[in-house]
Amino acid sequence: MSLTQDKIHLLEKKATAIRRSVVDMLIEAKSGHLAGALGMADIFTYLYFYGLKHDPKNPKWKYRDRLVLSNGHICPVLYASMAHSGYFPVAELKTLRKFDSRLQGHPHRDFLPMLETSSGPLGSGLSQTIGMALADRIDSGKSSGREFYCLMSDGELDEGNSWEAIMLAAREKIQNLTVIIDRNNIQIDGYTEEIMPLNPLVDKWRSFNWHVQEINGHDFREIDRAVTEARSVFGRPSVIIAHTIPSKGIPSFEKKFEWHGKPPMTAAEIKTARNVE
Amino acid sequence: MLKHDSKLNPKIFDKNVELGSVRQGFGLGIVRAGEIDKNVVALCADLTESLQLDKFKAKFPNRFIEVGVAEQNLVTIASGMARAGKIPFIGSYAVFSPGRNWEQIRTTVCYNNLPVKIIGSHAGVTVGPDGGSHQALEDIALMRVLPRMVVISPCDALEAYKATIAAAKTADPTYIRLARDKTPIISTESTPFDIGKAQVVYESDITSNIHNTRKSSLEMNGPKHKFDVGIIATGPSVYRALMVARKLDRELKRVKVLNVSTIKPLDEHAVLSIAHDSRSLVTVEDHQISGGLGSVIAEFLSHNFPTHIEYIGIRDQFGQSGTPEELVEHYRIGENDIYDAAHRVMLRK
Repeated sequence: MSLTQDKIHLLEKKATAIRRSVVDMLIEAKSGHLAGALGMADIFTYLYFYGLKHDPKNPKWKYRDRLVLSNGHICPVLYASMAHSGYFPVAELKTLRKFDSRLQGHPHRDFLPMLETSSGPLGSGLSQTIGMALADRIDSGKSSGREFYCLMSDGELDEGNSWEAIMLAAREKIQNLTVIIDRNNIQIDGYTEEIMPLNPLVDKWRSFNWHVQEINGHDFREIDRAVTEARSVFGRPSVIIAHTIPSKGIPSFEKKFEWHGKPPMTAAEIKTARNVE
Repeated sequence: MLKHDSKLNPKIFDKNVELGSVRQGFGLGIVRAGEIDKNVVALCADLTESLQLDKFKAKFPNRFIEVGVAEQNLVTIASGMARAGKIPFIGSYAVFSPGRNWEQIRTTVCYNNLPVKIIGSHAGVTVGPDGGSHQALEDIALMRVLPRMVVISPCDALEAYKATIAAAKTADPTYIRLARDKTPIISTESTPFDIGKAQVVYESDITSNIHNTRKSSLEMNGPKHKFDVGIIATGPSVYRALMVARKLDRELKRVKVLNVSTIKPLDEHAVLSIAHDSRSLVTVEDHQISGGLGSVIAEFLSHNFPTHIEYIGIRDQFGQSGTPEELVEHYRIGENDIYDAAHRVMLRK
């Protein structure tokens, strides 16, 4: 079943609400990573409100799809998506990065056991997702019905561990694995193509024997089409390279790497950010 | 004499004492662990035969994963499998795992609190001819600083076998350190092994007539303690400690030897007991003293029961090629060094 126009409108509204939560959380916390969290809000919204097989009231549901956030620093959008979809109260989002909060600065299962993994240090989420899929294959064979999603940043493809994992997933032909790359072209020190060029990124993944798709990460129809296609691929893992706009929704912040790792701080910045769309 | 309760190899002091490979002990142990629990899986980084994982691979082919020469992937794949209910054992040389993949162990295993079992082979200078690059002398230090990590250093092949089976039954992140070479068989199948328990392996017979007549000058002049010296050892170094204990015993020195096979959590009761009974200790290990067993014992006793200690271990150096015997002598971790240290520390009482 493809997305209806009505559903798309609903998802767009949800994504805006999640972006607002992200901005509020970072302003309240006075620290955190803004750009990536805003840029991935549409994809998170799609997954939590449409694509993912999950039950927010029963986070340990055995047959849930697994979603691993590898680049843990964009966790405000993970927490906001979880809260808005019913895992925990939206009001709790204000506790981000505060003492004794379940919402640690980077995701930590000790504090929020419903997470699939703790993360933060880059480059290890894909291997962990592959490990989960391999365990699932041992237990249930090739058609367990579970999908394994790993959300990664483009910057963390600098890490060697990422490519070790990419090779292994292809050898194992893990067909129920979908990686979504947040291709926002920024990392902390600057633009990815200046810090450590990743292009031609599509060719790289293809040459590692993955099924590769490239999409606009803010277009729900494209996201839906790509995720649906990824699920139907036979005998290969899938990657969706999602072109996103860092700081999406705050026009004057968009596409600027300077917003990678900081929140709006000055009164003017806060005022601008509160108007996020 | 050998501690009776420990049921050690009665032929331990024979010239032709039987040798066994601790790696093989692990290899047989993981097969047994795999038979006991179907969730036990094994992963290896291009060293399957060397780690003796070939038997497990042959018996449980769909529970074995080869990751290639990629130790960071080795542990992170294992972490994901553990999150999905498996008990993964990962095998490589200790220099590479836990050497190269320390942060992944910290974050994806310990911080994530998952039961990944890390098997680090080729520990110590006794690795021999491969040289310093392949002799892990820092692995205990690397692992013992990690919250939740259990650190085990078996003294021989049988203890490695038992440690592997025991580790498979716990939910803790665990590191097991293995030597490369065949080493003397110290224990027997009946020797008790429990994670977290140190074992007294040698005690001079202080009840016998000959011991009642012992009057060492130390004893005449100093305070009376049950033993003249205590030796605390870990790994295959326990054998050298036993040899020295027997020699000291023949000199009418009263000796007690403790095998600390679990470095963390430390068997504090056993360490307090040997410190209390002897008031002078020698620690023995094939690892950097800094951060290793020597540090462990010093940290614990300095707070709880300050005791004179001499340290036998590697002194802030890298290893090199040679035979294990040559290297043990060169790095001053051999029987003569332990013997001299025992005499030094007795004089400090």
